[in-house]
Amino acid sequence: MKSFAYVSARDVPTAVSAIAGSPNAKFLGGGTNLVDLMRGNIEQPDTIVDITRLPLTGVDLLPDGGVRIGALVRNSHLAAHPLIRSRYPVLSQAILLGASAQLRNMATVGGNLLQRTRCLYFYDTAAACNKRAPGSGCDAIGGFNRNHAILGVSDNCLATHPSDMCVALAMLDATVEVESTRGVRRIPMNEFHVLPGDTPHVETSLAADELVTAVELPSVAVAANSRYRKVRDRASYAFALVSVAAALEVTGTTVTQVRLALGGVSAKPWRATKAEEVLLGAPATEESFRQAAAAELAAATARPGNEFKIGLAERTIVAVLRELVTKGDAA
Amino acid sequence: MTALQQRTGSVGTPVDRVDGVAKTTGTARFSAEHTYPGLTYAAVVHATISRGRITAIDTTRAADIAGVIKVITPENAPPLKPAPRVSMLNMSSIVSGTSVNYLQDNEVHWDGQPVAVVVAETSEAAKEAAALVDVTYRTTESSVDFVTARLQAQVQKGNPLLPAGAKKGDAAAALAGAAVSVDAEYTTPPYNHNALEPHSTTAAWDGDRLTVHDATQSIGWFRTHLALRFGIPEANVRVIAPYVGGGFGGKAFVWPGTVLAALAARATGRPVRLTLTREGVYRTVGGRTPSIQRVALGATQDGKLTALIHQSVARVGRTGGMPEQITTQSRHLYAAENILLEQRAVEQDVLPTTSMRAPGESIGTFALESAIDELADVLGIDPIDLRMHNEPDRDPVDGKPFAHRMLREAYAEGARRFGWSARSPQPRSMNDGRWLVGMGVASAFHPLMLFTSNVTVRLSADGTVLVRCGFQEMGMGGATVQGQIAADALGVPFDAVRVEYGDSALPSAPMAGGSMQTASVANSILEACAKIRASLESLAKRSGAVGQAPKAVLAKAGVPHVEAAVGSDTRLGKVTGQMRMMRQVMRDRRYLRAATGAHFCEVRVDQDTGELRVSRWTSVFDVGRVINPKTAGSQLRGGIIMGIGMALAEETLFDPRTGRIMNPSLAEYHLPVHADIPAIDVSWLGDPDPTMPLGLLGLGEVGITGVAAAVANAVHHATGRRVRDLPITLDKLVP
Ligand SMILES: Cc1cc2nc3c(=O)[nH]c(=O)nc-3n(C[C@H](O)[C@H](O)[C@H](O)COP(=O)(O)OP(=O)(O)OC[C@H]3O[C@@H](n4cnc5c(N)ncnc54)[C@H](O)[C@@H]3O)c2cc1C
Ligand code: SF4
Repeated sequence: MKSFAYVSARDVPTAVSAIAGSPNAKFLGGGTNLVDLMRGNIEQPDTIVDITRLPLTGVDLLPDGGVRIGALVRNSHLAAHPLIRSRYPVLSQAILLGASAQLRNMATVGGNLLQRTRCLYFYDTAAACNKRAPGSGCDAIGGFNRNHAILGVSDNCLATHPSDMCVALAMLDATVEVESTRGVRRIPMNEFHVLPGDTPHVETSLAADELVTAVELPSVAVAANSRYRKVRDRASYAFALVSVAAALEVTGTTVTQVRLALGGVSAKPWRATKAEEVLLGAPATEESFRQAAAAELAAATARPGNEFKIGLAERTIVAVLRELVTKGDAA
Repeated sequence: MTALQQRTGSVGTPVDRVDGVAKTTGTARFSAEHTYPGLTYAAVVHATISRGRITAIDTTRAADIAGVIKVITPENAPPLKPAPRVSMLNMSSIVSGTSVNYLQDNEVHWDGQPVAVVVAETSEAAKEAAALVDVTYRTTESSVDFVTARLQAQVQKGNPLLPAGAKKGDAAAALAGAAVSVDAEYTTPPYNHNALEPHSTTAAWDGDRLTVHDATQSIGWFRTHLALRFGIPEANVRVIAPYVGGGFGGKAFVWPGTVLAALAARATGRPVRLTLTREGVYRTVGGRTPSIQRVALGATQDGKLTALIHQSVARVGRTGGMPEQITTQSRHLYAAENILLEQRAVEQDVLPTTSMRAPGESIGTFALESAIDELADVLGIDPIDLRMHNEPDRDPVDGKPFAHRMLREAYAEGARRFGWSARSPQPRSMNDGRWLVGMGVASAFHPLMLFTSNVTVRLSADGTVLVRCGFQEMGMGGATVQGQIAADALGVPFDAVRVEYGDSALPSAPMAGGSMQTASVANSILEACAKIRASLESLAKRSGAVGQAPKAVLAKAGVPHVEAAVGSDTRLGKVTGQMRMMRQVMRDRRYLRAATGAHFCEVRVDQDTGELRVSRWTSVFDVGRVINPKTAGSQLRGGIIMGIGMALAEETLFDPRTGRIMNPSLAEYHLPVHADIPAIDVSWLGDPDPTMPLGLLGLGEVGITGVAAAVANAVHHATGRRVRDLPITLDKLVP
């Protein structure tokens, strides 16, 4: 790890001006990702702005029925919060299926949004990686890419965004509030992360000097019947190979509301709008679920290492929707 | 019964570990926790090519980091003598992890080889500087991809202790003529060592005397090795390792870190601590060989084996390694009329492979025990029945008698405990909702040798007993168990015994490997205790205290203590010891001695996603007499967990293009987590082995053998799908 200067900020204006004043600075949340990356010399900030003392730790009900979550709310706290558990069970489940209890106790909402890929070559400074060292190439192509993306992939990078929480946020149409010395901005969750294209090192629409201050969830009635399913290589403590966040309302036998997002398949939490289109108004049958999944994955591309993900994603979507129908009936 | 003969009955009881309190309260000091005045910290710079030469090393940026004392490279490293050539006459010569003479030349033999060491006032400064050492290489063509290199594999030469092949009858012809046969290829990936405690060495020189606190399973041989590398008398080296945080074979051999710590201490004139990072463990400590195995079985319609062929390919590094005796269990498990066993190995430009819990049998049983299950399936015979139908009464290849064999009893007891009769024979015939359910079995097998050990035992007038022996304690419970044995042998309470271990200054013990430490040390303790009892008896006679307690005898005789030694560490003692050992090993060759067991596994496979869960586990072992049910149970359970890891997830990812390990971390190398492991029901038959001290059979390794096959067999039963390539990840099971 490279030596660095350490600044602790007590309020948002101090934090954003500290970062604006130092060109190669980074915010420190729980540190569960950043510190690992610093140890591996993948991130080498000159200055660390510790934001863990910022007063951004509330989970509050908004007048319109939505919920505002401070950027420094710890993952474990958020998952256990009654407002989240009752109104957005999918979010609570997604967080609890991520990492380990110890990591969730440290991890913050802002840090989770901005965590970086787990691509093995990104983590190895001896490897070629366009994301870590723009223009150096991509060793994952032709190497180990079992965990890599099948949607929105470019020839420059196949990496996935590894977060579980973000998949639920994408499904819920969350908004990310950010602040810098220039003021406050609101970014829709589905525009927060960006696809690699020719610039895989650019992962979000956040500017380097912007602080995430909050995430807002709109009121989503259908979220009461929602579910997060994560498929991975261990029963716990592994990143998603494929994950599905879904919410479903069936009236009679017809799908009247649906939301679907996928994890582990792209550089961004993937909102499955094509599948949603197929499903809306369709009969709530296994056959429609399959058609919807196939429609979403029609554009998928894979390498030999991650080819299995296409079929796996299709079947997981179907399984989750099937369960939501059964659960919805029971409710 | 006299007071002397009275047994305290400690053996067989679940005594708590003597090191338990120190470990749970944090007072136990591991090798990375010893401080010396002026202690410095070292960090390793690893090569990033698999084969070639260093053409330049620029240390300017590293040397500029505040706190850096020295950057040691091949240009300025103090001299080091080459690793000894392996010779059976000098057993310690096998302890070199690699034959590379570190930092003595510019050659690179594997990706990860240490090419420089930074010594600094803090560990942070050392690590920061290590990343700033700029190394330039000229690469040479290398061979790193195991799968494509298999054709170059050479037939492995065995030795009398570890035969690398066997031939009985004409197995190929028998296979061709068999009424029913199976013939398949099985593959296992490389695995890395992941003991909780990473390898760590604290080295301090005092003139030409070297003290080393090292995480080692092999105290005595480490001492000999270090003396040789640094050209000093053995007596000048002291290796101390009372606490070792897990070994599993990964700390049996001398890896670069140990040598480099001592070298760095010599180069700087300061004591040095070198604790490997987790990545450092992957890059400089060998792992298990990958394997490609063919098992072909021929049988009659009623399931009598007529042919058994097991051929394996393993790999070693160009600078050393352990190809593993992959076919061993196939020599001993089934009464096939014709047997052909053959092991091959290929040399590649990778870090030498090394021993890992049950080398050979843990991966060999995967292939053999899967194949037996495949045959049972083809024959339509219950897999336990097929095994029992072919259970030999003598060693199948050479007809030697078994010292002990209770596999039948193990299966019968296991089937009862597990509820095997509830299994419906057809694959894919059981389910629980969307989970497909399957049950599988496999045999565990681990052959055992007995080595010799030096010990001293002293019984004092206050009734306490001191056992001194430089054996290794990596958390298995060795110190506890040996205390129990001494207590019973001298008729004193367990609490009256103190055991000193983990120090080369003590009477020397063999390495902790091959599950032979407990029995080898116990044998000598029993002998020493018998000598003490004899001395006490004559003392009692002389002083008229016959029939009295040891304490009273010593008081009456006016003697402060009686002491007995077995073996000696003098030059002559060593020669005699070596002869004693050879005699013992030769004597033991008259019969086949092994620990065995029967594993029962239930799995669930999700029909949509292929996710695999092990939901139930029962194992019954024949491990002779169990000295301590608590420590024994934990060794066996630990072995099973490690085997479940092999079955489900573990795999070292060597990039086939570069030979570089790409998942050198606990986040990406998937060990099983708690949620992957069900409650494990382990038990043992308890019948003593007649050829072993107290009838105990080593049990550190047998637990892992057969486990991966039991899982694969259960998966086949659940899904109808046969996975012959470990690990059994969900992509191999999705519809
Ligand atoms: C072994 C392991 C397993 C894991 N498994 C999973 C898993 O299964 N699923 C999953 O979803 N995650 C997993 N994680 C990742 C974990 O969720 C993230 O590490 C965590 O959410 C990051 O949060 P943090 O607060 O610790 O971020 P930090 O490490 O502090 O920061 C991460 C990044 O975010 C930036 N940042 C932090 N806060 C802000 C802010 N408010 N505004 C702007 N920038 C900010 C930092 O500068 C840094 O670049 C795992 C992590 C580990 C180490
Ligand atoms: S996939 Fe992306 S992150 Fe991985 S090596 Fe390629 S460019 Fe780097």
